[in-house]
Amino acid sequence: MTEVKLHGFWYSPFTLKVKWTLELKGIPYENIEEDRFNMSVQIFQYNPIYKRTPILVHDGKPLCESTIIVEYIDQIWPENPLFPIDSYERALARFWIKYADDMVSAIRLLALSSNSEEQVKAIEKIWEHLRVVEDRCFNDHEKKFFGGDTINIVDIAFGSMVKFITVLEDALEVKILEYEKFPHFHLWYNNFKNVPIIKENLPDQDKMLAFLKFSREKLLGSS
Amino acid sequence: MSKGDKLEVLDFWASPYCGRVKIALEEKGVKYVASEEDVFGCKSDLLLKSNPIHQKVPVLLHNDKPIVESAIIVTYIDEVWPSNSLLPTSAYDRAQARFWVDYIDKKVFETGRSVWGSNGEEREVGTRDFIEVIKHLEEALGEKNYFGGEAFGYVDIIAISHSPWFLAYEKLGGFKIQDHTPKLSAWIKRCLKRESVAKVLPDPEKVYQFVLHFRKMSGLD
Repeated sequence: MTEVKLHGFWYSPFTLKVKWTLELKGIPYENIEEDRFNMSVQIFQYNPIYKRTPILVHDGKPLCESTIIVEYIDQIWPENPLFPIDSYERALARFWIKYADDMVSAIRLLALSSNSEEQVKAIEKIWEHLRVVEDRCFNDHEKKFFGGDTINIVDIAFGSMVKFITVLEDALEVKILEYEKFPHFHLWYNNFKNVPIIKENLPDQDKMLAFLKFSREKLLGSS
Repeated sequence: MSKGDKLEVLDFWASPYCGRVKIALEEKGVKYVASEEDVFGCKSDLLLKSNPIHQKVPVLLHNDKPIVESAIIVTYIDEVWPSNSLLPTSAYDRAQARFWVDYIDKKVFETGRSVWGSNGEEREVGTRDFIEVIKHLEEALGEKNYFGGEAFGYVDIIAISHSPWFLAYEKLGGFKIQDHTPKLSAWIKRCLKRESVAKVLPDPEKVYQFVLHFRKMSGLD
């Protein structure tokens, strides 16, 4: 009987990416919630280089870094593949996953912005990313998702980031994923968050807002 | 490689990222054309069209279809030409290989830049950081001949592509890699004996002169 454990933070886009992958493939796993300010000793053993989550432990063997983890999951459990089969399409998917992951630095900057100048700068960086995706990824009007009729790993990668953008919109009372600016992206996200498995596994918005407020108070001394 | 395959690498001679792509193609025995880009001057229309988002080299054009991001390109090459496999077969070993490739990508060039691209205390800090990075790599290598074990593979290609820059780091940082990571030094010598690596990688002295010139132009000297 195979044993899968996921160490992560419920509020992290990277943990969410792995969670969604496991759920979509119907892989049973034990979710181990870590406390960022008091991580279990195993984290340092499993990931001595970065000392961070998410970490997947499969039959006692640890895997680190969310993009590497999801590719591993797709290889070990190939049913309902989330990566394209064609090599060129795979290369494109890997490119967009990295592009989605790269949004996190602007999202973090926004989450920890302490004045309106920092806020504007961070939002503009996020918009730069969204503009690229809006202009380049929605030319095939037949496709509902990046994966076609069903979601794939690129949908998951962007979806995990966009979820956090929506939390920041509420928390900071700013508009980021505006329909007028990014109509296709907006529509895609509405479809994505209503996919049953995603909907069941979306972190609660109010809980996220409270957590963000707590984090900002702790790190900035303000909300 | 099938008769009809057309392969072009949009290239810059000093770039480790371009070096990886060419080494991978050489390892596969696949014919390609390397087109030098004027990365600091005027980038070609082909480059701007093939990599509109980042506008960077390397780009691999496979029958005119662009693939970008060097680690992604090397993986693509390994998948399209599967003989003489560069990545390990087991999923877990692949994940480990990808981890180290990701680490090298995040750390080696950036810490190296903090050595050659700064002065004074900043450079000292950069030097310490760089040495820490190569120590981690030495640990990952362990007693093996190559990162993947007995055979030269994916991680080796990604890592060795940075070696032409090490002379510049050593001279400017005032240290010798050999003193801190003897196993890694031995691994570098081992890799440089490989035909693909020897053919592709630039002369470290030439890279060092390039770095000095760049420093002068940037007002660092």
